[in-house]
Amino acid sequence: MTSAISITDLFKTYDNGFQALKGISLEVAEGDFFALLGANGAGKSTTIGVLSTLVRKTSGSVQVFGKNVDTNSYETKLELGVVPQEVNFNHFEKVFDIVVTQGGYYGLPVKLAKERAEKYLKQLGLWDKQNQQARNLSGGMKRRLLIARALVHEPRLLLLDEPTAGVDIELRRSTWEFLQEINRSGTTIILTTHYLEEAETLCRNIAMIDEGEIVVNTNMKDLLKTLHQERFVLDIRSELSSAPDLNGFDCQLVDPAMLEVTLDSDQDLNDVFAELQSLGIQVKSMRNKSNRLEQLFVSLLQKPEQKHEQNPVQKQEQLT
Amino acid sequence: MSSLPINYKLTAFKTIVWKEVRRFLRIWVQTLVPPVITISLYFVIFGNLIGRRIGEMGGYTYMEFIVPGLIMMAVINNSYANVVSSFFSQKYQRSIEELLVSPVPNYVILSGFVLGGVARGLAIGVIATIISLFFSGLHMHNLLITLLVVLMSSIVFSLGGFINAIFANKFDDITIIPTFVLTPLIYLGGVFYSIELLPEFWRLVSQLNPIFYMVNAFRFGILGVSDVNVVFAFAMLVLFTVVLFVFSLFLLHRGKGLRH
Repeated sequence: MTSAISITDLFKTYDNGFQALKGISLEVAEGDFFALLGANGAGKSTTIGVLSTLVRKTSGSVQVFGKNVDTNSYETKLELGVVPQEVNFNHFEKVFDIVVTQGGYYGLPVKLAKERAEKYLKQLGLWDKQNQQARNLSGGMKRRLLIARALVHEPRLLLLDEPTAGVDIELRRSTWEFLQEINRSGTTIILTTHYLEEAETLCRNIAMIDEGEIVVNTNMKDLLKTLHQERFVLDIRSELSSAPDLNGFDCQLVDPAMLEVTLDSDQDLNDVFAELQSLGIQVKSMRNKSNRLEQLFVSLLQKPEQKHEQNPVQKQEQLT
Repeated sequence: MSSLPINYKLTAFKTIVWKEVRRFLRIWVQTLVPPVITISLYFVIFGNLIGRRIGEMGGYTYMEFIVPGLIMMAVINNSYANVVSSFFSQKYQRSIEELLVSPVPNYVILSGFVLGGVARGLAIGVIATIISLFFSGLHMHNLLITLLVVLMSSIVFSLGGFINAIFANKFDDITIIPTFVLTPLIYLGGVFYSIELLPEFWRLVSQLNPIFYMVNAFRFGILGVSDVNVVFAFAMLVLFTVVLFVFSLFLLHRGKGLRH
């Protein structure tokens, strides 16, 4: 399959001397829904910036659909749609005009640009706001306007730099559905996000970047399989004064009516219930302690010295 | 090196120009009304009230003498102001990134902003001319020279505004040049007087001022009188246009203040 993106030995050092990228190499297949994760300052946005040409690389090679961005900049730019991390449209322009104008920058005749603007504003639930100034939109609507603007020329590759930051859960989920639909129709999507649930839900492949270097680059399912432990919170019907002794399981009493049980990957949840039943403890409800990808993210990007200082639960709380 | 089809570039160019025109029409209270009031006051106070006591200048009444200069002043100020404020605010809001990530070539971006500045400059020029008709008759010595001078002057100062916006980091930076450089050059550029009135030394100093050539060439087009050779004035205008366009393009290619 053709690569949508092919990055080789990409370095970026900013004018102030900060080395944001230290020779990353990355392949993203055409049609993929790809997650690029990392902590703040890890190099995600710099990578997106180099692809969109807003950041000039120091060295290395970047190809979009097999074409070098240095020697074929016009063609590669036509293939790209960019949703930036920061809202960057003119707040005093009307919603419809923002999308139509962007179409004009990509050579779309006015009639076609207007048809596309209507199509994407309707799909993203913004059509009734078409004549409003962009500054009057809510935060979530502004982010969806960025997506509509990026799609007006129907690019083959969509770069999304934290597209749902600050968006409420309902809007976030409807945006996810829209992006999945766009991806199913053939658009390759590269996503950076702080919501790890978002990456786990949407993306098939993933790279994790830390201090300018790729530390993980794999399939999402394979990555999640490497998770050795899973933690569950159980609400129980009776109140206990101490944690019950569950044979072979790590169990802690969070409060008199709440237990926290940790299972290794080779342990079975049925055995936990059997142990609890034998002790006469009835479970009212149960949930995961944390997102699985979040646990991996923490463990993979944790520095060796931090591993000795903090337990995983503390780390997860910091991340969220 | 690849290139975009010409129709793509034309569409992008028209889009930028229309966006710029839409912007200054949308904020017409800030862009179109103030020049009208300022020019009217100049005509009333300098042309009518004080001018009657001054008498003739260059063979014309003082009112007739200052009309070309005041029109040119309005064109220069507004061409410059349109591009510097529009480009800088787009840079400040980062909405300029809409253009930078698109395949629009730099010379199309620059030309689009410049034509936006020219559109506002000429719109104000037409309004100023209409206002002048209330105070003075319309002379037209040479229409072609008049139109060429006003067009080229507008292009030169639109480019000036673009360069100012590229270097500006904060809003103060886009008012410093108009206040401390542009305004003195306009006032000392022969809008209100003929340099024949000046002592020899100041007459020479005035000839270093580019606006002096624009005002006089424009006055020649309207009245047929000028303190300078019109061919030389055109040569200066062409030189300024080429140098400023090339420098602006160089700054865009470098991504100064735009790309990291």
